[in-house]
Amino acid sequence: MTAQGATTLRDRARRTLGDHSRGHETGERLYIAGDTPIHRMPAHVKLLAALLTILIIVATPPQSYGAFAGYGLIVAAAVALARIPPRTVLTRMVVEVPFIVFAVLMPFVATGPRVAVGPLLLSEPGMLAAWALVAKATLGVVISILLGATTTTADMVAGLRRLHAPDLLVQIFASMIRYIHVVGAEAARMARARRARGFSAAGPRSWPVLGRSLGTLFIRSYERGERVHLAMLSRGYTGTMPQLHPDPAVGPGAWLTAAALPAAAAGVLLASAALGGGR
Amino acid sequence: MSPALEVAHLSYEYPDGTVALRGVELTVSDGERVAVLGPNGAGKTTLMLHTNGLLRASEGRIAVAGTELDDKTLPQIRQRVGMVFQDPDDQLFMPTVSDDVAFGPANAGLPPDQVDERVSRALAEVGMLEVRERPPHHLSMGQRRRVAIATVLAMDPQLLVLDEPSSNLDPASRREVAEVLVGLGRTMLMVTHDLPYAAQLCPRSVILSDGRVVADGSTLELLSDAGLLRRHRLELPYGFDPATLTA
Repeated sequence: MTAQGATTLRDRARRTLGDHSRGHETGERLYIAGDTPIHRMPAHVKLLAALLTILIIVATPPQSYGAFAGYGLIVAAAVALARIPPRTVLTRMVVEVPFIVFAVLMPFVATGPRVAVGPLLLSEPGMLAAWALVAKATLGVVISILLGATTTTADMVAGLRRLHAPDLLVQIFASMIRYIHVVGAEAARMARARRARGFSAAGPRSWPVLGRSLGTLFIRSYERGERVHLAMLSRGYTGTMPQLHPDPAVGPGAWLTAAALPAAAAGVLLASAALGGGR
Repeated sequence: MSPALEVAHLSYEYPDGTVALRGVELTVSDGERVAVLGPNGAGKTTLMLHTNGLLRASEGRIAVAGTELDDKTLPQIRQRVGMVFQDPDDQLFMPTVSDDVAFGPANAGLPPDQVDERVSRALAEVGMLEVRERPPHHLSMGQRRRVAIATVLAMDPQLLVLDEPSSNLDPASRREVAEVLVGLGRTMLMVTHDLPYAAQLCPRSVILSDGRVVADGSTLELLSDAGLLRRHRLELPYGFDPATLTA
């Protein structure tokens, strides 16, 4: 390589590195860089703690209103500890909307004794079920947001593998993360090509076109998957991914810190049960 | 010394009955850079996929550095043939550049410190050490192509097989990739329909047409034979005159 070529390369590398030096530009969509106890927690420990906490919450009887208030405080404290801006948590909670819509319908469609709420006659078990759905889903979603905001996707993959999640699923998850940008860019190019020829996605008339585009995108992605598989085979892939980074040692301290969340939730559940059998 | 690649009477028919290769003969000596030229649909990529057993011939044989390709030698052959695919996004499937370059040597069972050393050396060879910890989708096309080359260099292959190494590159990246490839000093089989690139990189070329090798010789001589090129649907780009190049 010529000296001039090398200089240009270095310049370009420096420029590109400069462009992407900020945390949110490292290919992470959910991760918010930070150095809090929750960020430092090993991914597999964190995953397990989050799962346990969610299980405890889901197992709570809907009438234990006090317990849900307690969970809310614990989860809010964890969000504050991780220094995740509340506004970010609220925006990300949009994923829950479909569940809320379903919950709102429940008091109208459920059977059982009805009570008058204003001009409406609502099903009592329906209202209880709706409350339980909203409360449990909200807490679960916030815990997941917390997990996603404090764990890089690479750590998440490593954590799942370390927890002995089914290997094939972990590999599928990892390639989804790698190729989501590639497929997204492909979809964006197709959308641009449609618009360039005067297409606008308005009304049911556009649905057949969108459907066919989706089919094309699927076929292209499928073919890409086959090519990626060939590239993997070429470099000696035999069905399992090599483990490239040694698992960091995890001391009892990390486990204890992580156990704080499910332990607090379990404490709340027990206290609420003791203080009135959940009623 | 056995040749780096030996292809004899190689025939292949796709499952749908399309005949892609009809008795291909090709020998690449150690240290040679050979271009496989041909129009779209000539069987270039099919031939390439045979060199490391991704496709298995219905007839004929393949040997890499003296080792016959069969079920037993397949893993060994795949370590010996470094295959660089046309689209770097197909080649780079790991979350970071360094993980991707480590994939081949780690599969070969090398211990972690040696894998690490291979990664650094391969990235240095293509001038891409700076992007080591970056995700591949944040690289330019030229950078991706060079990292893709590094992913196979890390396996220390005896033969590099490249599919259209110049596709989708701007002129500067194209030149940079060419400089990297020449600088490697390795045995290379390059599949392309980019004739000037073949002239720049490969002293020898073969023309593959309709599944057969129809010409084999000095790249400049082949490219100067207007009749030969026309018969096989190959064309030099406007303004390119092989006579102005000196061998």
